[in-house]
Amino acid sequence: MSTPVTSPAPGILTGKRLDELRSQGRAALIGYLPVGFPTVAESVIAARTLVEAGADILELGIPYSDPVMDGATIQHAVDSALQAGVRVRDVFDVVSAVADLGAPTLVMTYWNPVLRYGVEAFARDLSASGGAGLITPDLIPDEAGDWIEASDRHDLDRVFLVAPSSTPERLSMTARACRGFVYAASTMGVTGERTTVGAKAEDLVAATRAAGGEHVCVGLGVSTPQQAADIARYADGVIVGSALVRPLLDDAPFADRIEHLARVTSGLAAGVRHARTGTAQ
Amino acid sequence: MPASLQSMQGPYFGDFGGRFVPEALVAALDELEIEYRKASIDPEFQAELARLQRDYTGRPNPLTEVPRFARHAGGARIFLKREDLNHTGSHKINNVLGQGLLVKRMGKSRVIAETGAGQHGVATATVAALMDLECVIYMGEEDTRRQALNVARMRLLGAEVIPVTLGTRTLKDAINEALRDWVANVDSTHYLLGTVTGPHPFPEMVREFHKVIGTEAREQILAATGELPDAVVACVGGGSNAMGIFSGFLDDPGVRLYGFEAGGEGIDSGRHAARFSGGFPGVLQGTRSFLLQDDDGQTLPSHSVSAGLDYPSVGPQHAFLHEIGRVDYQPITDDEAMEAFRVLCRTEGILPAIESAHALAGAIKVGQELGPDATVIVNLSGRGDKDVTTAAKWFGLLDPETATETLEGDL
Ligand SMILES: Cc1ncc(COP(=O)(O)O)c(C=O)c1O
Repeated sequence: MSTPVTSPAPGILTGKRLDELRSQGRAALIGYLPVGFPTVAESVIAARTLVEAGADILELGIPYSDPVMDGATIQHAVDSALQAGVRVRDVFDVVSAVADLGAPTLVMTYWNPVLRYGVEAFARDLSASGGAGLITPDLIPDEAGDWIEASDRHDLDRVFLVAPSSTPERLSMTARACRGFVYAASTMGVTGERTTVGAKAEDLVAATRAAGGEHVCVGLGVSTPQQAADIARYADGVIVGSALVRPLLDDAPFADRIEHLARVTSGLAAGVRHARTGTAQ
Repeated sequence: MPASLQSMQGPYFGDFGGRFVPEALVAALDELEIEYRKASIDPEFQAELARLQRDYTGRPNPLTEVPRFARHAGGARIFLKREDLNHTGSHKINNVLGQGLLVKRMGKSRVIAETGAGQHGVATATVAALMDLECVIYMGEEDTRRQALNVARMRLLGAEVIPVTLGTRTLKDAINEALRDWVANVDSTHYLLGTVTGPHPFPEMVREFHKVIGTEAREQILAATGELPDAVVACVGGGSNAMGIFSGFLDDPGVRLYGFEAGGEGIDSGRHAARFSGGFPGVLQGTRSFLLQDDDGQTLPSHSVSAGLDYPSVGPQHAFLHEIGRVDYQPITDDEAMEAFRVLCRTEGILPAIESAHALAGAIKVGQELGPDATVIVNLSGRGDKDVTTAAKWFGLLDPETATETLEGDL
């Protein structure tokens, strides 16, 4: 799995893909899965399934011992991946094993694993494996000097978060620091499926655009095709995590879990695709 | 090098500190910092805090000379700063009263906190009752079992105690859960963090609320001996009692400062909480400091006989003071701490918290090193009532049949 990749040049991929989709009149479906869950090899199968069933952009999470922005579903999955022995460096193998599918692949990681690996070394290896960049839930641009430099050197995207509590000054500072897209947290809270997505999300997307955000995608709590469609009307992308992880937490045979994952993904993909033409099922 | 080590302002202490938090919390941290800076120059706030410290906590607490204990410490003169005599039984109340008053000023109605041994949880539940605040305490499930009576104590005071069943089920996981709660409820809720770590402004602010320990100790030692001490020693969990007492002496280069971490079963065993002996710089729970971590940056579980020192990271100003060599940080094993615990009980009739017993064991070493002409202040951060079961089991003082039934959980 460690053969070097030739297909698409790393970096600056995410924004390009979002532009293409925008010209097709639709938003992107961005799907999250943790690396190494249930095993490293099976997480490759799951990630490929996600793209084949309609995800436009992949978000691969590095399991971490202290995931403060994650709710119970993702905590259980990453905990079990860590128990199974997943290593940080496995992320590069998984990224390169899905690169042929052509979906920009971002890595979601808490900051300490990158610090320990070395910020420059991490950027170099992520770029070499064909990764598009990083989403960093506990790193704000104020603390990201080293990562901003390294991502510039290696042409990697950097996705920081904005929240309903962000001030206008912080929205514009964060929008300036981002490349790829700005991640708008739909609600004040952590990851997990919710029956309603915060009404504040649409306002936050508008405010982030007004503050200079070129592409703005919405995540946290999105779990149904209808929610995905609602968000896809106004955002550049819909980010789904827990709803995709849950089918994999099942104790059914792995093939059944993968089939379930594909079903959930295509439902969400249909929601996103028909949002602006009014034909969401 | 900053002009004054004892008044350093955050967010950074050299390469350490900062705010490694989700963006959602930044607005609340900014609000907290503004309110704290206003309060620190507001005579009304200062007067109210001083009144509570005097009438509610019982400050100033004494500086007690302990000559019989000192015979075990090379004959040096040893003085104990008696934080154990504070209301609720430890130094933790100093910080909680300060933050409690800030919560009232910010107009918030709910506080959440983490607790390991239960001392910070009890102090928080106490002040929440006093100030009419809703109170939720997160505590690792493992710790709720080990400290069952402290759970009851918090509930008697009106707090809701939520056992945390994720991760290692100890203090670190309780902090994760508190952070998740805070992200979701930050409009109404203040996170009343219990030590000098976490994102800015907590390390600086919590230190300032504990500075009273060092200020009093300095006046008291001058009154007692006419001189500054040769050494000041404290135990270091997150580091709040140590920062509090060090703050009275950091700018006096002639005063040696020692921080004693939990050496657990020994550094080589890997079962300890000695961040400066077995850790590396990294980021955990909002701050950059020294932490116990593996090659992948995953947090390693810590171990100590004392729940209050059982935490894989440490306040960022300690990391800075370690790096510049101003404070000497050393590990104390479980065995050494329990021996010092026994000695203080038997020579002075004072039952210390096991956390504080690490400082006492350190003082024995420092006294032996500096000799009989030296004067040493030990911060006795808490009393040991909560540790009676642990100590009784350690020393084999219980009948085997009654051991588990009668004393399960301490007060
Ligand atoms: C009595 C006592 N001393 C010390 C500590 C360690 O905390 P810190 O290092 O913040 O003083 C605790 C924490 O629970 C405690 O209860």
